[in-house]
Amino acid sequence: MTVYKEPGPALKMLAVFPAPAPIELARTLDLSGYRWKAFATGEEAWRNEPEGGWSGAVVMCDDDPEGAWAMCRALRRRDVPVARLLVLVTGAQLGDLELRDELYDDFCLTPFHPRELEARLTHLFWRELKGSRESLIEYDRLVLNLETYQASFAGRSLDLTYMEYELLKFLAQNPGRVFSRETLLSRVWGYEYFGGARTVDVHVRRLRAKLGEENAFLIQTVRSVGYRFGQAGWSA
Amino acid sequence: MQDHRRDYVLRTIEERGIRLVRLWFTDVLGNLKSFAISPAEMENALNDGMSFDGSSIDGYSRIQESDVLAIPDVNTFEVLPWVDGKSAEARVFCDIANLDGTAFDGDPRQVLRRNLRVARDKGFSFYVAPDIEYFYFAPPQDGSKPVPLDNGGFFDLTSTDVASSLRKETIRTLETMSIPVEYSFHEDAPSQHEIDLRHTDALTMADSVMTFRFVVREIAAMHGVHATFMPKPLESIQGSGMHLHLSLFDGEDNAFHDIRDSYSLSETAKKFMAGLLVHAGEITAVTNQTINSYKRLVPGFEAPVHVSWARNNRSGLIRVPVPKRANPLATRIEYRSPDPACNPYLAFSVILAAGLRGIEQNYELPLEADSNLFEMDDVALDKLGIQQLPQSLSDALKLMEGSQLVAETLGDHIFEWFLRNKRVEWRGYKTHISQFETDRYLKSL
Repeated sequence: MTVYKEPGPALKMLAVFPAPAPIELARTLDLSGYRWKAFATGEEAWRNEPEGGWSGAVVMCDDDPEGAWAMCRALRRRDVPVARLLVLVTGAQLGDLELRDELYDDFCLTPFHPRELEARLTHLFWRELKGSRESLIEYDRLVLNLETYQASFAGRSLDLTYMEYELLKFLAQNPGRVFSRETLLSRVWGYEYFGGARTVDVHVRRLRAKLGEENAFLIQTVRSVGYRFGQAGWSA
Repeated sequence: MQDHRRDYVLRTIEERGIRLVRLWFTDVLGNLKSFAISPAEMENALNDGMSFDGSSIDGYSRIQESDVLAIPDVNTFEVLPWVDGKSAEARVFCDIANLDGTAFDGDPRQVLRRNLRVARDKGFSFYVAPDIEYFYFAPPQDGSKPVPLDNGGFFDLTSTDVASSLRKETIRTLETMSIPVEYSFHEDAPSQHEIDLRHTDALTMADSVMTFRFVVREIAAMHGVHATFMPKPLESIQGSGMHLHLSLFDGEDNAFHDIRDSYSLSETAKKFMAGLLVHAGEITAVTNQTINSYKRLVPGFEAPVHVSWARNNRSGLIRVPVPKRANPLATRIEYRSPDPACNPYLAFSVILAAGLRGIEQNYELPLEADSNLFEMDDVALDKLGIQQLPQSLSDALKLMEGSQLVAETLGDHIFEWFLRNKRVEWRGYKTHISQFETDRYLKSL
């Protein structure tokens, strides 16, 4: 089973509008453990961008909606835009959200409840974490890094061909599920290959050899059906 | 898909610190050829191929244009396991193309691809599992006879230990290079070993045979030993064969298997066998391409001499092994004449074509030859209508030259070059005065 260590709020740098930040907002962010800086314009925010970029932004519309939306546009209009943007709007400003979906990821009504704002921010960052989680698959001692296309078992690099890697990736992404050879062939291969459906068996054999016989249990043969990664009922 | 595969290669090169990528391909005689490029050049090679002058490669020469393109087959990209981490290297097999991107007729890998496409259009994928025999010798000196390791004195350790640890290291290396091994053992002959590979599709297997020969030689050389695939290195001792276990799959099903038959053989299998038997003589020059090959194909050493088939008779050309636990997937036929000095791409091509011809034209399988053929005289064999395989490279070339099947299978370029090249080899041999002749005739005549 995989345990993901989530970086705490302290590692996240938020850009905040307006500057100076209203006292209630400043206190909530401080108490939630976020590091933040308030700016009057988007340009200022970019000029002061921390190394590694802004983790997110909180933009409050209340007193200066025009300035607030300009800030949102500035934060989004970049090659690498700020990904987690939360806007705070009054009930009367709810209509402003319409047709601006691309400018924010979530919103919160002001006056806000501090616990609600904190929960919404946590959730925004959880979604991001889930996104990056997909680039790493861990199962038992097997680790697949989808970003670098590298696989390792118990810390030892596995030398895999492209198709071996793709097959292992597909199986490891769906632990506990049984796939027929035909399904694997169409989902994993899907291009000119001379081996026919038996290709799957050949690759499974090769993978087992590379994982080592003592770990062969990772890819199980399900008689007259196909293959299953890990044990039935397990899931990562 | 294509992009993912390219990314996979480029990222692996980066992540694993690969310094050199070796582009592998094969000449017409089955020699592994290679040139190395830097990682920086690899992206280009993947996009456009690498052009090189083919005129120095055996069988690639043409009258006009001599430049060809090596196009990496991304599926075969692998890190070479025996090179240490600091100077990591990788290899990738290449298809050879003309500058306009069309398949180059002189490339054996393209020939096999073309023949596998023919099979696939008929609904078949062709699976091969070779049993490869070879010898370990002391590093050869010019003019001297091969010295087997088992003959003592070469190593301080007992020679069996050295040879079996070499074999174990070889197997470990093969497995990390996606070549699973089924069995391996020390053969009866001194210093002879056999490694049996697990079956896979014929293109992958031909690549595997090339890798296999390279790995066996390389690992032996690292330990100061010479490994050879010469078909018959020692006169009185059995030679090295490469028995091929063959099957056709139709989707997930073994097209050679039929539970209702007493040998579990389907009609398809029987016609395929009949095709092989009818055309065996014509394809032998390809499956046994050296002068030395024919010194293995003699009676008394478990090598086939006659064109026949049987279930339990190891003197026949085709044996039908009894599958373990009646596993339908294991039903196969074993073609016993090829030797490990052949070009696997071309050998698999002509074997497949001969078998498919049998299926297409409904050849009838002759009766099984279940008594020991080695013990029958020519008259008895004639009565059974059993022919012999060609007795020399020259005989084999004559049969090949008259074969429409082999010409079509190999394509004109390779067919003609091969005959020309091998006739030159035969002429060179014909004028050679052997020790045998000197010993026998010099004093007495």
